[in-house]
Amino acid sequence: MRHVIIGASFAALNAAKAILSNESDDEVVVLSKEKDAPYYRPLISYLLMGKTTEEKMRMSFPESVKIILGTEAERIDTKKKEVIASNGKRYKYDRLLISTGSRPFVPPFKGLDRVSDEIKTTFMTLEDARKLNGMLDKDKRVLIIGSGLIGLKSAEAILERVKSVDVIDLQNRILPAVLDEVSSEYLKKYLEAKGMRFHLGLSVDEFSEKSARLTDNSTLDFDILVLAVGVRANTSLFEEIGGKTGRGILIDTHSRTSIPNIYAAGDVTESMDISSMASKPIQIVPNAAFQGETAGMNMAGIEKTFENAVPMNATGFFSLHLITAGTYKGELLDLSDENGLRRFYIENDELKGFILTESAIERGGIYTSLIRDRVKLSTLDKNIFKAPLLMAFPKERREKIEKEAQ
Amino acid sequence: MKRVYINEEWCLGCHLCEYNCFLSNSKESDMVLACMGKNIKSNLHIEDSGDIHFAFNCRHCKDPICIKACISGALHKEGEVVVIDKEKCVFCGSCILVCPYGALMESESGVMQKCELCISSGGVPKCVEGCPNGALVFEER
Repeated sequence: MRHVIIGASFAALNAAKAILSNESDDEVVVLSKEKDAPYYRPLISYLLMGKTTEEKMRMSFPESVKIILGTEAERIDTKKKEVIASNGKRYKYDRLLISTGSRPFVPPFKGLDRVSDEIKTTFMTLEDARKLNGMLDKDKRVLIIGSGLIGLKSAEAILERVKSVDVIDLQNRILPAVLDEVSSEYLKKYLEAKGMRFHLGLSVDEFSEKSARLTDNSTLDFDILVLAVGVRANTSLFEEIGGKTGRGILIDTHSRTSIPNIYAAGDVTESMDISSMASKPIQIVPNAAFQGETAGMNMAGIEKTFENAVPMNATGFFSLHLITAGTYKGELLDLSDENGLRRFYIENDELKGFILTESAIERGGIYTSLIRDRVKLSTLDKNIFKAPLLMAFPKERREKIEKEAQ
Repeated sequence: MKRVYINEEWCLGCHLCEYNCFLSNSKESDMVLACMGKNIKSNLHIEDSGDIHFAFNCRHCKDPICIKACISGALHKEGEVVVIDKEKCVFCGSCILVCPYGALMESESGVMQKCELCISSGGVPKCVEGCPNGALVFEER
């Protein structure tokens, strides 16, 4: 059987591994539009900080996988079961995985074309990181549009290498998709103390060559512009063949799409978040890995489901580390102290979400498992939120998770 | 596979396994030299509460979620053992976020550390070898 995978990141890697884990003679072809060999994408900000190298960032696929670089899938012919690629070739598939990820969304700002391409960039790819790296200089003033993870990780990466970093966001708080209001303010104060400047609740009315006039009529001058407003799922290939999409390709718990023999995984998809019971894009590494693996197994003919997706993020800025998971709804239990924030959201006897920072992140995965397994909190020792100890679990749960490891 | 297990009823909560773990993963051969003035960060943890004590370390899961969540490819398997390439780790915290056992810790060098069953020093894990009451065992179950 022949499997074609479009895209070459986490979902593709885990799918390829799953397909080949079954010791079949199945053939796996990966099409990547990037010229660079596959790499661990979230490391691009660490690359700019000198915490990794391009060499160390390389992602290795199983040896038998045929990876075709610099080649974009342009069209899918579902009748002939072929992918028509930008190199003029047609790739036949028995099973197809669309793991095309997402792309930066750049709103049509007035005057954006006046800002030369030499001084503006997005921050999604290794190529973007190299470009931004080439622009950096101690005298340069940087303007970043967007205070999401991409905007803030790029800000962290370059802060000490440039003269100034200003970040603007239409929302009135930073990292709104990851943090609640209190933790957002907490992080903002920390980053301001490091030297970042935030301009919130504002957008750009008009750009001129090296300046932005904001919606409050103030102006910000810059030498480098980073566009990090948000991302959009790369669904067009799939939409053109009549596949069902929302804010991403709709998939079921088998990573199947609405079209036979076509699967989707990773940032390109929209799926069920069990902490909020809402269908949404969950654009994080573990989700891409789980969905990719699930797709790969099913493509190889072995049934597998992934049923407990929740949003979760681990990130850090300088020495402030944060881990978060789930949805911030229900009753707030705030046990924050001098060791960091410890904010838990509880509803119907279940943990729905949490935010932990600094040394309070230690062993935090124990809390994530409570959300993913929808554990009834009344079955646990009530001290579980004071410290994440396995001791708080009844013996049956301890035995259950011990078995799950095997 | 062989894993480290705790027979809870035999664990005295003496924490010696934590020190032996730290020693095994240090470059020293002497406990005093290894531990003096150091913040002891071991790869297994004793949980204590009143009369209950037990040690817990990496389960070396068959299907490890930490490897799936790792953003740098630092976590991987060597045979059946989940190991970490500290050169590749950037301490993003993703493995802390997903491990249901709380088995990974920040090391002194600011990247992650974890139990590797003492594979580099061969044979029986040092936590098991030094357990004075035979509470920790290394066996197939």
